[in-house]
Order: sequence, then structure tokens, then C-alpha cells
Amino acid sequence: MNAASPASPLLEVRGLRMHFPVSEGLLGRKVGDVKAVDGIDFTVRRGETLGLVGESGCGKTTTGRCVLRLEKPTAGQIIFDGVDIASLGGKQLQALRQRIQVIFQDPYSSLNPRMTIGQIIAEPMFVHGIEPNATKRMERVHELLTICGLNAGFADRYPHEMSGGQRQRVGIARALAMNPEFIVCDEPVSALDVSIQAQVVNLLEDLREKFGLTYLFIAHDLSVVRHLCQRVAVMYLGHIVEMADSDTLFDNPQHPYTRALLAAVPVPDPDVEQGREFRPVKGEVPSPMNPPSGCVFHPRCPMAVDRCSKEAPQPREIAPGHMVACSEVKITG
Amino acid sequence: MPALLEIQNLHTEFRTGAGTIHAVDGITYSVNAGETVAIVGESGSGKSVGALSILRLIPDPPGRITQGTVLFGGRDLMTLTEEQMRQVRGSEIGMVFQEPMTSLNPVLTIGRQITETLEQHRGVDRATAQKRAVELVGLVGIADPIRRLKQYPHQLSGGMRQRIMIAIALACDPKLIIADEPTTALDVTIQAQILELMKDLTHRLGIALIIITHNLGVVARYANRVNVMYAGRIVESGPARAIYHTPRHPYTIALLRSVPRLDRPRQARLDPVEGQPPDLTRLDAGCSFRPRCRFAIAACAASRPRLEATSNPGQSAACFRADELASLTGTNEAALAGAPA
Ligand SMILES: Nc1ncnc2c1ncn2[C@@H]1O[C@H](COP(=O)(O)OP(=O)(O)OP(=O)(O)O)[C@@H](O)[C@H]1O
Ligand SMILES: Nc1ncnc2c1ncn2[C@@H]1O[C@H](COP(=O)(O)OP(=O)(O)O)[C@@H](O)[C@H]1O
Ligand code: SF4
Ligand code: SF4
Ligand SMILES: [Mg+2]
Ligand SMILES: [Mg+2]
Repeated sequence: MNAASPASPLLEVRGLRMHFPVSEGLLGRKVGDVKAVDGIDFTVRRGETLGLVGESGCGKTTTGRCVLRLEKPTAGQIIFDGVDIASLGGKQLQALRQRIQVIFQDPYSSLNPRMTIGQIIAEPMFVHGIEPNATKRMERVHELLTICGLNAGFADRYPHEMSGGQRQRVGIARALAMNPEFIVCDEPVSALDVSIQAQVVNLLEDLREKFGLTYLFIAHDLSVVRHLCQRVAVMYLGHIVEMADSDTLFDNPQHPYTRALLAAVPVPDPDVEQGREFRPVKGEVPSPMNPPSGCVFHPRCPMAVDRCSKEAPQPREIAPGHMVACSEVKITG
Repeated sequence: MPALLEIQNLHTEFRTGAGTIHAVDGITYSVNAGETVAIVGESGSGKSVGALSILRLIPDPPGRITQGTVLFGGRDLMTLTEEQMRQVRGSEIGMVFQEPMTSLNPVLTIGRQITETLEQHRGVDRATAQKRAVELVGLVGIADPIRRLKQYPHQLSGGMRQRIMIAIALACDPKLIIADEPTTALDVTIQAQILELMKDLTHRLGIALIIITHNLGVVARYANRVNVMYAGRIVESGPARAIYHTPRHPYTIALLRSVPRLDRPRQARLDPVEGQPPDLTRLDAGCSFRPRCRFAIAACAASRPRLEATSNPGQSAACFRADELASLTGTNEAALAGAPA
């Protein structure tokens, strides 16, 4: 996969910031900001899957929620199919909601326990007036269940009667009901058993091909991300620190944080692991309310030099399509 | 030398509205002094109930240990009084759970929780306990121990809380630590820190470790031996290398095939374990993996296979076709490369 291929972007995010005010005391006096997302740029081309990885609290979900416009960003542009949606409201936002859907991590809490599976999938079609005819709506529900690998008979069942993997398929069917172009997948397999994850990963791949979907795939399991994504962005404390096509990112990672992240993943093979010496990166992710000065990774970085605590490194393209935000990394191509 | 821990035919059941669940349905395994044994299996397969049963921590009702012996250092834990059992739990077997927040007391300082354990189980005075607590917190890699001991659990990060749990587990020099998904709730860099710490400490202090996890990479890196559980039973057991390279149970084979690997070229398509996890209230008399098994034959419906030695030394499997599978799948290398089933 050539990262510089000219496929047109469906989504372009420019300078996205999402700061949440933090208040304290009875009067709710503002004491600071959580800089959940602090100025990020990325594009997702039509038909591709962009992976977004990083440790918890680094801003992945917040980025996804901004793209879904469940949050109004503090600053920046979110250009979807040529239109900046960062500050859209009202009717225009409603129309947009149909085209961008979401699949959540937790297949347990994201389905209403009092509704049947059929009602859960049909509801958004009704609300958005996609299929006003009730009989046709049910036909569509059965079709969607079948597409997602479930028996049409599941339409009459309730969420608690299904396994985690089956519920996640329902969540996917519900997202597909809107005929979306773009789906934000927020940790869609993390809550599933290892034995079920591969089923859902394959389903997501099949659907992308079949319906020409574009995904923003948020996950912390790097081996799943490598399998599913054409390009990957690594986030740390509200910043994208490295972004490249999947092969480059996994075979030739350049940012010290990406390297630390990859080194921390043990491989399911005792022979490989027994021979592998590694020192886990030290320390923990600092609070996004009080991010470190300069490069936000510097307190944990094994390569840090003096200036890292003073100057924030700017994202640079070190080779075509390979972006790294570290001042110590050399330009290679 | 006899094993440190020897579990024989342990059964634990739960009475629920939907019927009786045999959460642990006759498990037998042993742990030698100083070794690390991993328990893997999908959620609901009985890993936690099995571990809690060793410590007799099953809520009754609805749960009950109905059968089995657990020999620890020569004594059958199942026959001890509750008072003797409390002593075993705090001082001979340490515990580390997935969510440290629920196992730590939110209204006591970290320091008090450690010194309390020491005073109760070791009968030492406050000052000695305090000194030892500072040592322990330093041992688990927490900087500035004196300040940390004055803090409450909610003031610490998840990784830090798990370090405290390890410190408490170590407080009374146990011979065995049982860790149930100790890093599942943590980020991968913190997971690596905690696992390396546990490995280092158990090796240095000669402590045996039972680690429950669903992460096959973690098992490969840290375990000497592995027990694979499915629907309340151990379906395969053996040295880690054998389990990964010459698996003999179809569930183990399928599980290893289903995970994408960072050290291998990207596959065109993943090869999932087909079907759904078993519903423990609806098991029949046959092999519980049968509905998902690519190798099932008529005999598999008639009765449940028992865990028996395979032709590989030290490796057991509960499958009627275990030895045949060696020739059907070849090595795991071939299986992972997608050899026809
Ligand atoms: N208090 C309880 N009441 C009823 N059933 C229970 C109870 N505790 C556990 N079970 C059942 O016992 C079985 C085994 O549970 P256990 O928690 O050991 O599984 P596990 O393999 O550790 O799962 P996980 O990976 O999700 O923690 C499951 O079917 C579970 O629903
Ligand atoms: N509504 C909110 N108010 C305050 N802080 C928030 C809010 N939503 C997210 N945050 C904070 O923003 C940071 C990034 O969160 P999130 O994007 O959810 O992380 P993750 O990468 O785990 O999905 C975290 O520190 C989180 O606590
Ligand atoms: S800029 Fe400095 S501290 Fe930041 S990642 Fe690069 S070397 Fe490390
Ligand atoms: S006993 Fe039969 S069904 Fe069970 S794992 Fe073996 S081959 Fe499969
Ligand atoms: Mg999240
Ligand atoms: Mg468990």
C-alpha cells in the first residue's frame, strides 16, 4: 500500500483541539482545562481504514466523538466530504449524523435491554425516516442481521439472551441500517473473547469491501490494528506522535513512543519471548490537565535530550507519507 | 519433591435461576515451588472460580465447592477451619486481582492496609510494620514510598494500585501468589512494567505464581506451564513450549490460529474459532467443544473426553483424537500457516 496514493480524502481533520474545562468547589470555579485533544491533523481516504492507537486517556475516543460531532471542538476543522462540519448545527448536523455512524466497545451497555434486537436495529431507520414502512423496515432488519452473520430469528430476542460477540454484531447491524459512508469503530473488539475477536474483525473487513465503507478504527490491540488498517496514527497525551502506512509503522517505527508501545506487546510464541530482552518504558502517562513542557513524552523518553523539555517538536514528514513528531528523528527519504 | 499445590478433581457449582452451573467441573493440576503456571481460556470458562475455590472464597449461596482436594504444603485446604483458612489467605498464599480498586479499602491509607496485613498475620508491632511497608512499596518500584503510604487508593493510578496489591501479596513472604487477570485493565506499557516486576520478584524470592489471563502473548512470555480451560474443565495442559508448538486439543489449536501476530507477515484473512462460547446451563453429555470443533466425530457426542496423557511427554489433552491430531495438523507452524483441517 502506497501511503502517497492519490485516493481522495473523505475526512480531513486540521488542527483539532478539544479542551474540557475543569471546575472545582460549589461555585464551579474553573481551575483549568483537560487538553484531551491538543491540535491534531490527519486524513482518511475513501475506502481505507485508519487506525488510531495509544494508551487510555490519550484522546482517541474524544477524537472519534468530535468526528461524530457528539462534541463541538474547541478549535480546528473537520472536513467531511468537502464540508467543514466542526461547527455545523441543526438540520445540517442531522443529515450528517446519518452518514457517519459509530460502533462502541461495550456490546453490553450500548444496547437498550428493554428493546428487542429488531426494535434496536429498526429504531434509527424510523427516527431518520430512512424506511417509513414498518413491514419493509422489518425486512431490512432481517437482511442486516443476515449480513452480520446472525440468524434473522434473533430479531425477536433481547440483548441479554445473546453472547458478547453476537451483541457486537447487532451493534454493527444497527450502524449499517443508516447506510453510512464512514464508521467510527471505538474499540469494537476489545471487550470480546480472543476466540470471538477474529470473527468480528473478519466481518468488519467484509463489510468495508461490500459497501465501500471507510473506517476510523480506534483500538489498543496493535496486532489487530496492523491486520485491519492501511494507515495508523499513534496518539500520546492529545497529540499524534507518528503516522504512516501500516507496514512502515510496524516494520520501521521511528518515534520513541511507538517503539516503546510495540516492544511492550508480547508475541504468542515462547521461543520468541524467551530470547527477547526488553526494558519496559518507565513511568506512566501524565495528566492531560498538566501536560509536561516541550515534548509531552520527554519524562518517559529514553532518547530525550535537553531541548526536549523546552521545545515542542513539530510533526515532520521524514519520508513520503511518514509523519513523526520528534526532533531527534532524522529525515530518511 | 511433592508439588507445592496439588488440586485434585475440584468441582464448584452455582445454583442459578437457569439451572445449576458447573463452573469448575473436575479440575486437576499441580504447581511446583517457584514455577509460573498460566490458566488461559475464554470468559466464563471457570478460571476465576477455580482460583477462588483454592482459597475457599466462593460466595455460598449461590456457589458451593462440591468435591475435590487442594493440597497445599501437604495440608488439604478443604478441611481447614475458617480461622486457619484466613491465615493461609493472608500469609501463605497472596492474591492479586484484576481490579485493584475493588480489593483495596477506599477509606484506609495505602500504608495502613499494608501494616494491617503485617500486624494481623505476622504479629509485629506498628513501628516494625511501618518500616517493612516502606521496604515493600520500594520493592514494587514505587518512588517516594513514605508519601505514597499516606495516600488513599483513589489518589493512585491503576498501575500504581496494582503495584500496591503486589506489595500486599508479598507482605508475609507467601510461597504462592494467585494473580487473576492482573493487567487486563491496564495499558500495554504499564502491563509490561507490572508483569516484568512480578516475574522479577517471583524469581528472586522463589515464589510460585498462578497467572490467569486470556492474553496468549503474556502466557508465552511468562509461563513455564499452561492449563487451557474450556467450559469448566482443563482441556489441555503441558509445558508452555509444547502447548504453543504442538497443541493437541482442537480448541488450543483454533485459539492459536485465530490471533494475528506482530512477528509474522500480515495474513490475508484471520482464521477465527467458529461458533459461540458454550452456554454452561445447556451442556449435553458429549464433548463441550463439539459444536465448534472441526475434528468432531460421532464418538464426541456420546461422552466427554477426559484429560489424559498424550504421546508428548508432560502434555495432556481432553480430546478423543488428541494423538491423531498430531498427524492431522502437523506442527503448529503448519497449522498457523493454514494447513487444511
Ligand atoms: N456468583 C455467581 N453466581 C452465579 N454464577 C456465577 C457466579 N460467579 C461465577 N459464575 C459463573 O461461573 C462460570 C465461570 O465464571 P468465572 O468467573 O470463573 O469465569 P472466567 O473464566 O474467570 O471469566 P472472565 O474471564 O470473564 O473473568 C460462569 O458461567 C459464570 O457466569
Ligand atoms: N467530558 C469530559 N470532561 C472532562 N474530561 C474529559 C471528558 N471526556 C474525556 N475527558 C478526558 O480527556 C482525556 C482523553 O479521553 P478519551 O478520549 O476518552 O481517552 P481514550 O484514548 O481512552 O479514549 C482523558 O483524560 C479524559 O479523562
Ligand atoms: S522530542 Fe525528545 S523527548 Fe520527545 S520523543 Fe523525541 S527524543 Fe523523545
Ligand atoms: S473430543 Fe471430539 S469434539 Fe471434542 S475436541 Fe476432540 S475431536 Fe473435537
Ligand atoms: Mg476510549
Ligand atoms: Mg475472571
